[in-house]
Amino acid sequence: MERNTKLHGLVALFDTPDQIIHAAEKVSHSGYKDFDVHTPYPVHGMDDAMKLKPSKLGYVTLVFGLSGAAFALLLMWWTMVVDYPMNIGGKPFFSLPAFIPVTFELTVLFATLATVIGMITFFFRFPDNKHPLHDTPYMQAVSRDKYGVFIGASDPKFDVKEVRALFESLGGKKISEIMEIEKTWQDAFNPKFIGILVTTAILVSGGTYFALNKLLYITPFNWMEHQFRGVPQEKSDFFADSRMMREPVAGTVARGHMPYEFKDSVAQPADPVENPLVNSPEIFKLGQKKYLTFCSPCHGDYGDGDSRLNQQFPNPPSLHTTKLRDWKDGNIYHVITNGQNVMPSYSHQMTVKERWAVVSYIRALQKAKNASETEIEQFRKENTSNGN
Amino acid sequence: MATKDLTYVKKELPGKILNIGIALLAIGLIVGAFGLLLDPTRAKFSYLLGFFYLLTIGMGALFLISLEYVVNADWSTPIRRIPEFISASVPLFIVVAIPLFFFIHDLYHWSHTDAVATDALLKIKEPYLNITFFVIRVVATFVIWSLYYFFIVRNSRKQDETKDQKLTKKNIIASAIFIPVFAITITFSAIDWMMSLEPHWFSTIYGVYVFSGTMLAGLAATTLAVVLLKENGYLHPRMTNDHLSSLGGLLFGFVNFWAYIAFSQFLLIWYANLPEETFWFIDRWEGMWGAITLTLIVVHFLVPYALLLPAPAKKDPKRLKFAAVWLLVAHLLDLYWLIMPQYHGEKSGLHYILTEFGFPIAAIGVLIIVFYFNFKKHNAVPVGDPKLDRGLNFKL
Repeated sequence: MERNTKLHGLVALFDTPDQIIHAAEKVSHSGYKDFDVHTPYPVHGMDDAMKLKPSKLGYVTLVFGLSGAAFALLLMWWTMVVDYPMNIGGKPFFSLPAFIPVTFELTVLFATLATVIGMITFFFRFPDNKHPLHDTPYMQAVSRDKYGVFIGASDPKFDVKEVRALFESLGGKKISEIMEIEKTWQDAFNPKFIGILVTTAILVSGGTYFALNKLLYITPFNWMEHQFRGVPQEKSDFFADSRMMREPVAGTVARGHMPYEFKDSVAQPADPVENPLVNSPEIFKLGQKKYLTFCSPCHGDYGDGDSRLNQQFPNPPSLHTTKLRDWKDGNIYHVITNGQNVMPSYSHQMTVKERWAVVSYIRALQKAKNASETEIEQFRKENTSNGN
Repeated sequence: MATKDLTYVKKELPGKILNIGIALLAIGLIVGAFGLLLDPTRAKFSYLLGFFYLLTIGMGALFLISLEYVVNADWSTPIRRIPEFISASVPLFIVVAIPLFFFIHDLYHWSHTDAVATDALLKIKEPYLNITFFVIRVVATFVIWSLYYFFIVRNSRKQDETKDQKLTKKNIIASAIFIPVFAITITFSAIDWMMSLEPHWFSTIYGVYVFSGTMLAGLAATTLAVVLLKENGYLHPRMTNDHLSSLGGLLFGFVNFWAYIAFSQFLLIWYANLPEETFWFIDRWEGMWGAITLTLIVVHFLVPYALLLPAPAKKDPKRLKFAAVWLLVAHLLDLYWLIMPQYHGEKSGLHYILTEFGFPIAAIGVLIIVFYFNFKKHNAVPVGDPKLDRGLNFKL
């Protein structure tokens, strides 16, 4: 690295932890403020010897821990109470006992991440990767088996000769001067530095991906995932009829389906089924649509039996005969469902509801054709009351 | 740097301490006896409370000793004699428990054979919950604890003269065996003495819950004694506040451990919401018990947590003294919360409640008297322990 001639500080090496504690005590006792100690491992009693104040990092941990707790509670309150309330075991939407584990976890997560990031950025000055002590024989020694002390040139008491004399009196070896490093804005983009960052990122994310997406899906027990089961059309050695597919039990009714009890009778039932629909504009609209689609080709648009198919088939009956008008709804439904004479069954073309809607529509047609004068008057009165 | 000065001058405790102990014991017994006259059943429950207060403090201290040996800790060697003196109450358990064997029918519903005969659940539990097996378990447990206590303390004291390092080895082996045995016996004690007060109820974490309180009580008593003795110069002069820091850290840790276990027990029962489990908490939630439960959370967790959270607080003698006394009271409240709701008595009033604290006060008296005599007889610092010098050099 490029170093200039400006002095950054003086360093000295010591051989034992006792010596370095002694040195740290002496240096701090001599009144130096800008000094530091480097050891290959944490030495007990160093904080006292250096007269260090308790680290401020604890406050970062505290503040972010509390924010983590607040964030967790707000998150759960918003998701579980406001945005998407769900009844879980009949508990209140905001049930604190259930929220405590998550709050605890997020508190710990926020606190630890903030501690690590705060330490790296505020205290290690990331991404400043050009500390003057880097890449020096001194740093190599204290990373292995030596104990070093450093006094910075920025200290008001700093004087090269005095510091050197102090180090010598303490028994320091390899006393050397450390020069400042030229810092430029490209420092953070040093290829080696970027390379290490990228490698770390790839390793961490790759490891996480592997752990979360591969490692976690190795099933130690797969008895529930892969069970014995029959497949349609498979031969079975278990059932007497050798078929894997089973028939439903006699009398089984499919969900949402009501079987028609006169399905197999050609003759009209004596006690037909009642119309389950309540008349409404929607029902009549549905009935009209289905009637015009399926019924009108033979019975005519208004049920008179005068359709365009007349003369090509045996004439269909009019729907306005006395016999039909005296029929109950269930009788008409029976004919639509089962068919009659040449008329086929329409149970496959129309659902149950649609068939009943057609019955309602036919009733409406009959009413329209045979209304008395008074009824027409009444209808007019009711429908022109808005001033027409 | 490291001074090898191990000189320790033995000082005797003033006789005042013994008088305080005797006074507490006498006051406690008189108040307790008054309670026995007022409301015998209630007083029997309070005797169990006092007994368990004594048991948990003594056993917590004994466990602390075994922990030191097993993990080969240095820092606690200079103060090891203090938990040894506190756990000197362990051999007394069997004597103190004798009245409880006579109270058994008032305390334990399962001890009535006629009640068990008509109760399907108790019938199933009968092979375990019957008086014979109960007595066997209790006596066996106390004998095991006492044997371990005598073994470890004898070796520790012999070392003062012989300075034989093999004795430390022996104690390490004994402690390694004792820790799993302790885990099992303290669980059985918790189930036998306290959980079986409500024989229909069960909780698998109960033993751990009682253990957490035991450990905390032992630690708090040790911390209090160490701080008081250190301040008045009865311990080794090279002891520093850094030694206290580890005690404070352990206290803080076990405050959290207690809260963790207590909450785990509550969360599972609250979530599952099964009537056969929830009724135990409902008993502790209705009426004034709700206020006591909330007080317990504040007193046993929130306040000590805040007290011990800052790093400097863990080695501040004043703060530690206060926290230790606070936690000893909190532990009594915890035991009260565990035991007393099972007393379904009708009589109430301040004088009834006050008599309940007679036996716990007597328990404190017993601890102080035992501590005094042991302190008088033996060195308060294990002068022959090979780890003593390293322990005294301990720095954060």
